[in-house]
Amino acid sequence: MNLRRDVFQAIADPTRRAILLLVATQSMTAGVIAANFDTARPTVSKHLQILTECELLQQEQNGREIYYHFNAKKMKEVADFIEPFRKMWDDRFNKLEDVMKKYKSKK
Amino acid sequence: MERKTKIQAEDGRQDLVITREFDLPLDLLFRAYTEPGIIEQWMGTKVLKLENRPHGGYQFETSDGKGNVAFRANGAIHEFVPEKKITRTFEMENAPLGIQLEFLEFEPLSEDTSKLIMQIVYRSAKHREEQLKLPFSYGINMAHDRLEEVAGKLK
Repeated sequence: MNLRRDVFQAIADPTRRAILLLVATQSMTAGVIAANFDTARPTVSKHLQILTECELLQQEQNGREIYYHFNAKKMKEVADFIEPFRKMWDDRFNKLEDVMKKYKSKK
Repeated sequence: MERKTKIQAEDGRQDLVITREFDLPLDLLFRAYTEPGIIEQWMGTKVLKLENRPHGGYQFETSDGKGNVAFRANGAIHEFVPEKKITRTFEMENAPLGIQLEFLEFEPLSEDTSKLIMQIVYRSAKHREEQLKLPFSYGINMAHDRLEEVAGKLK
């Protein structure tokens, strides 16, 4: 539960969301990622560390460089958290619709 | 997959917006919220009290199969404009979730379709999270669609 909370804190930050979007398109090094932001390099590093700790990003050594990959599986897991709540309302409203359609035909 | 019900939950806010389009004319959608017999059918709850007027109150009760009360909720109605809007509070009894404020807006889309926009305001962003039981995806909507698209390809 704690780890999951961390994931949500991770994506609550706009810079980290921007990093995720960037890396989702292509794996890249910390340097290239940082070059895309006005933020100071150590700040970007901190963001990368948080994203890596909660497994939204994965590191991979490629020669002397470390590339950051977007962990789609983890993101999917996060995305699914909203789903049970949405599903609950969707089911409820589907029921409403079904019930009311009966009233419609009675008219 | 068709997603008729949409949830919008922005960053750091203590509210969320639920939107749904119905294959129902506006009057039927509104009746679903105002007639106890109908509410009981789709919400699966007993309506102990429902006063559709400003300063009115309502109370719902749901029992488990054995007749024990599993859930009881109540609230006060502040605004009641037929086929337009209901503003009310909502409180789940004996639950540490706090009282919430609900703004329900009913809109016609066509003769046979209508839309419900429901804004729920919680006491704090934390209460919103608690109510959902699950850590809610703050601000995920912005990044969500694109990331999910990417995730979908990698599945």
